Parts: sequence; C-alpha cells; structure tokens
Amino acid sequence: MSDLTSFSPDIQILPATPRLALADHWDHFLARIGFKRSAHRLEPGLYAVGNPSPASPVFVTANYTLSFDALRSSLEGIDGYILVLDTQGINVWCAAGKGTFGTDEIVSRVLSSRLKDVVTHRKLILPQLGAPGVAAYQVKQRTGFSVEYGPVRASDLPSYLQTHKATPEMRRVNYTLGDRLVLIPVELNNIILPTLVVAVILYFIGGLVSSLAVLATVLAGTVLFPILLPWLPTHNFSTKGFLLGGLVALPFAISVFLRHPDWLWWRQAGQALQFLLTIPAATAFLALNFTGSTTFTSRSGVRREIFAYIPVMAWMFGPGILLAIIFIFVR
Amino acid sequence: MLNAYEVNTLVYTPELCNGCAMCVAVCPHAVFAMQGRKAQLVKPQACMECGACQVNCIVGAIAVESGVGCATAMIISALKGQREVSCGSS
Repeated sequence: MSDLTSFSPDIQILPATPRLALADHWDHFLARIGFKRSAHRLEPGLYAVGNPSPASPVFVTANYTLSFDALRSSLEGIDGYILVLDTQGINVWCAAGKGTFGTDEIVSRVLSSRLKDVVTHRKLILPQLGAPGVAAYQVKQRTGFSVEYGPVRASDLPSYLQTHKATPEMRRVNYTLGDRLVLIPVELNNIILPTLVVAVILYFIGGLVSSLAVLATVLAGTVLFPILLPWLPTHNFSTKGFLLGGLVALPFAISVFLRHPDWLWWRQAGQALQFLLTIPAATAFLALNFTGSTTFTSRSGVRREIFAYIPVMAWMFGPGILLAIIFIFVR
Repeated sequence: MLNAYEVNTLVYTPELCNGCAMCVAVCPHAVFAMQGRKAQLVKPQACMECGACQVNCIVGAIAVESGVGCATAMIISALKGQREVSCGSS
C-alpha cells in the first residue's frame, strides 16, 4: 500500500485490494439472488489499489460492489486509483442509462476528491458502458481530465492497458448462456412470493393441476425463457413467449381429456381452452418483461411490442380466467 | 410486425462528422465503423438506443431517442403516469 499519508489531510484516499475476500464472495452471492438489491454499495470516493504513484492510471466505476469488485479484482499487479461514483448501488450500465453514472457526478467527484493534487496526468479511464451517461468532451471542458473509454469488461483491462487500444471484441457486449443464467435467481426472486400465494389459493379452488399450471408458467417465463432465448423461433419476445407458453400449456390441455374421459365434450374443451389461453398469455408477459434484463433491446422496439402484444395477452388471459371461474361453478 | 427491433430511432448525419471515432468506441453493438476519415453506419439495425454515441458526439451528428429498453419500466410508468425509471430508487 502506498504512503497515503503524504497527501494533505483534506485529501482522502481509501485503500482497496485486488484480492476478493470470502465476505466479498458472500456479498456477490446475496446480490445475485436479489437479497437487499440496493444495499450492495460502497462509499463513493477515491481508492488506491496496489502502490500507485502520481503517474498511475485512474479508473472510474460505480459504487455497486459487483462493479467495483469486478474492476479491482482485474487490477492484480497493477497500481492505480479508482474513482468510485455515487450511483446509489446501481451497476455502471444501468446507472449510465439513468444518468447517475454521468457527467455531473464525475465532475463533482473529480473536484471533491482533489484528483488534480493526487495525479500529475489528466486522464480518466472509464468503462465503455458508462458512455450513455457521460459526455467525454464536457468532462474535459469542466475538469481538464480527458476521458478514455476502456473495454466493456474489466477483465480485459490488463491487456487493454498495454496499448490503450480496445480490440473490436473488447468493445462488444455479449449475452452468453452464462450471462443469462446468472439473472435467473433475481428474476425468480421478483415473482416467487406472489406465485406461491396464487398456487396455494388455486390448489384449494381448482385443484392440484391448476396449481401446477401456475408454477409451470412462472418457471417457463423466468427460468426456461432466459435459457432458451436465442433458440426460440421468431424475433419478438412476446411471440417467443407465446410459443414457449403454448408448449407448456399443451400437456395441461391434453390432461383434461385423459383425466376426464366421461365429461361432455364442451366441458373437456372448455377446461383445455382455459389452459391454452392463460398459460401462453402469462408466459408471453413474463418474456416481454425480460427485455429489461437483456443487452440489446431498444426502447422503441419494446414500445412496439407492448402496443402490439399486450392487448393480445389481455384478450387471451381475461377470457381464460373467466372460463376458469365459470368452471368452478358448473362442475 | 415480425420484428419489433428491425427499425429504431437512430439518425446519423455523416456530413457533420469530424472523424473523432468516439461513436465507434462507445457503441456496444458495433453499429458504427470508421471508413476513411468519417464514421459510417454499418449495422443500424443492431442499435439498442442506449444513447452513448449521441451523448459523446461533439458535433451533434447523431440523434437517437434513447432510453432503457425495459418493458417493466415502461408498463409501470404507463400505469402510474410517471416518468420512466429503471431499477433502483430515484
């Protein structure tokens, strides 16, 4: 650790290490399952990693522990400073979209940390995904520091720092199976409690099969959908959801005929129809809501989907529920 | 509407480009590429309207109605009649 006491007493530099402790991994686990989602934050300000000199690079990040830890753990053997912005515990990309990882916050943090008295150069290295919130030329005008957009992923920093040129691969956002898998616990966490309540209530009103249908729908929309996303046919999230939901609804619909061969045809068809209407509609709705967790959906595209498909979902789900209610009384 | 994401609000005016290549650096989907001394739209359909290129274009050659492509945020804002917000408070 550098001799941080050599600066004037009103310059505060906090220590940071590239090595993650057990407590950090535990914190990451809790963040990944969505436990106290906005509580995974650290003190904004200036940090020192390794043994930085006044010529050492300055990296900028968010005060979300997953962001900060991804950065510092990539700086093994690299001496530098980390300027942590107050993004209210939100990751770099989302905070940039909101503007909290933004020009104003960078300017005020550069000034309040008295960075000009800490380093002799005038350059900030930002994560590329901070760019939606930051006008690099304005930061330069207002602070004298020029902004250099580094790679998307902090793990590319060691090779990036050798040339300060990002390869096209370093500039691209991916959405791999692994990227999608880590989202599932949070997606589930958002919806699991109301799902269980509805499943229990439906168990007493409609029986085990209705209860299972609810669980199957939610699992399809929050677990299967993210996994299968690139392989589900069609481009729109809603239609992908309708197809997946239709597949899930099929066994429930068929089971009506198998379980109740003695029923009149209209009663069999009506019960089957209620699954074929509600399950695809609900799955499509969950699928559409997954757009916010992806790395590529545009706002205008999502808007077009909402206007085109929410009415279809409502016109399937509403009558489907109505059918279900009717069959409670005519059994 | 077979593909809601085929078109978007990205508009680029190459005559204004000063060749700084900032748009090429900040775009996470390689929508822009340098061709000679000017940036060119090479994959406009891949734009996710994050707004990074517009914000960092000093000559104002890029316009895009940026925002977070999140259905949940848009549906909640429509229901509550509020400005669109994404995850987290404020």
